[in-house]
Amino acid sequence: MGGVFKRDLALAFRQKAELVQPLMFLVMVVTLFPLGVGPGPVTLQLIGPGVIWIAAILSSLMGMERLFRDDFADGSLEQLQLSGLPLYAVAAMKVLCHWLVTFIPLLILSPLLAMFLNLTVDMYIALVITLLLGTPLLSLVGAIAVGLTVGLQRGGVLLALLLIPVFIPLLIFATSAVDAAALQLPYRAQIAIIGAMLLIAMALAPAAIAYSLKVSQN
Amino acid sequence: MMQFESWADFWAMGGYAFYVWLSFGVALGAMALITIFSVIEHKRLIKQVVTEQQRKLRIQRAQQQARNDTTEPDRSN
Amino acid sequence: MWKWLHPYAKPERAYQLCNTLLPWFALPAVVCLVVGTMWGLAYAPQDYQQGDSFRIIYIHVPSAMLSMSTYVAMAIAALVGMVWQWRTAYMAMIAMAPVGAVMTFIALLTGAAWGKPMWGAWWVWDARLTSELILLFLYFGVIALYSAFEDKQQAGKAAGVMALVGVVNIPIIHYSVEWWNTLHQGSTITKFDKPSIATEMLWPLLLNIFGFALFIALVTTMRLKNEIIRREMHRPWVQMLVKQKETNDAV
Repeated sequence: MGGVFKRDLALAFRQKAELVQPLMFLVMVVTLFPLGVGPGPVTLQLIGPGVIWIAAILSSLMGMERLFRDDFADGSLEQLQLSGLPLYAVAAMKVLCHWLVTFIPLLILSPLLAMFLNLTVDMYIALVITLLLGTPLLSLVGAIAVGLTVGLQRGGVLLALLLIPVFIPLLIFATSAVDAAALQLPYRAQIAIIGAMLLIAMALAPAAIAYSLKVSQN
Repeated sequence: MMQFESWADFWAMGGYAFYVWLSFGVALGAMALITIFSVIEHKRLIKQVVTEQQRKLRIQRAQQQARNDTTEPDRSN
Repeated sequence: MWKWLHPYAKPERAYQLCNTLLPWFALPAVVCLVVGTMWGLAYAPQDYQQGDSFRIIYIHVPSAMLSMSTYVAMAIAALVGMVWQWRTAYMAMIAMAPVGAVMTFIALLTGAAWGKPMWGAWWVWDARLTSELILLFLYFGVIALYSAFEDKQQAGKAAGVMALVGVVNIPIIHYSVEWWNTLHQGSTITKFDKPSIATEMLWPLLLNIFGFALFIALVTTMRLKNEIIRREMHRPWVQMLVKQKETNDAV
């Protein structure tokens, strides 16, 4: 199991461009909003949580495809399946590695994004907590759809179409938490709900991902 | 019993004619469309099977012909 | 207990069942819809607040309710296909999807048409309409995923997974959208939720709900027949069936 993790980590760093691009996309999308909406600090603070989370969802959708694509293409996925390791565990490891590699740079960039959109410190703290709990949810549930579309020619937009409705509750609760923080109100409830969704995903998603991969392998 | 005094009142729907008839009209239209499309699809599929069957028949007949033609020279002697 | 259902795993039997059921869906559907709609349009009393625009409820409520139940039925079909490996279950699932999507579209349009005279705007982000919109996206996702695969066996399984992921998310989406709605719009209670309904209004509503349900069953059955033919086109029983049809038509 550790082997799967280490291998994915090594492969990820071999193609740094693929890791950096979604991140750049995220920063650029966030930059679009002040340019499109006007730089008024009050407005930016109002829309800030929504903007950052929407940008996070979109950039996550962009980067998700690499999760199984290369291994599917060159047959290593089949090899892993035949290797006797339980596929759900392999899937979980891959998702974990993918999440770490995408989340940590996001965490490092997050103060910059918060500054661009004029978020207060309280809001920023809430934002980080929601990102910490929410991005694994994006990766886990997203991986199910990635597993289904990995064999398709143009899976990219279809992936987004499939996943965006499913991500809406997370968007609602995450932005609500940061909005509450802006008003100095407690947001433990929203975090608890996101946490609950994450726990359910951690329990159910790996098996679903494994099934999806089997469907794609046919 | 009838809620409306006259046909004119019925069509007017108390001033909300546009919204009520738009709703009922679009609902009826959409339901009719999907039913019609399903029927058209059915006819098209049947036609597809028929065309294939006829093709196969034509190919079979052509093959039969070819076989008869190749055996004929022997008999004409 | 479910043994009686097993023969319908075979497409041929399922096709015959569809043929048997069609008239049983068609006739009652037409009767219920015509009677229910006429009753609601002409005989039911108008709402003392909303006047005659309230009559839209006889289309909006049935279509909204059934758009959701159709999605659940689709997910159940997917589950049956997954657990028992029935091709016909997947075929039923994809037969239902466009019908459910049409219902959702009707719910959205009638909701907007109802809302405009009430609130002055064609679209408001109220909880019900927003949830219906997301449901429409979920339907599109299942249909799009199915059509993306050449191998329809694979397509069924893949779309089935998404249908199940969707159905698990529907209650979550509903709860979160309702909650989001109260956050952002104060406490405007929409007349969409649980209108206090008099019995003279209830009966045509129930008739229409029943009628819409029968309509959905009717069109799904028609589409299931089509899907069976499409997938089983080269089987001898289909060939026989078409030949018979041809000779019957020629006569």
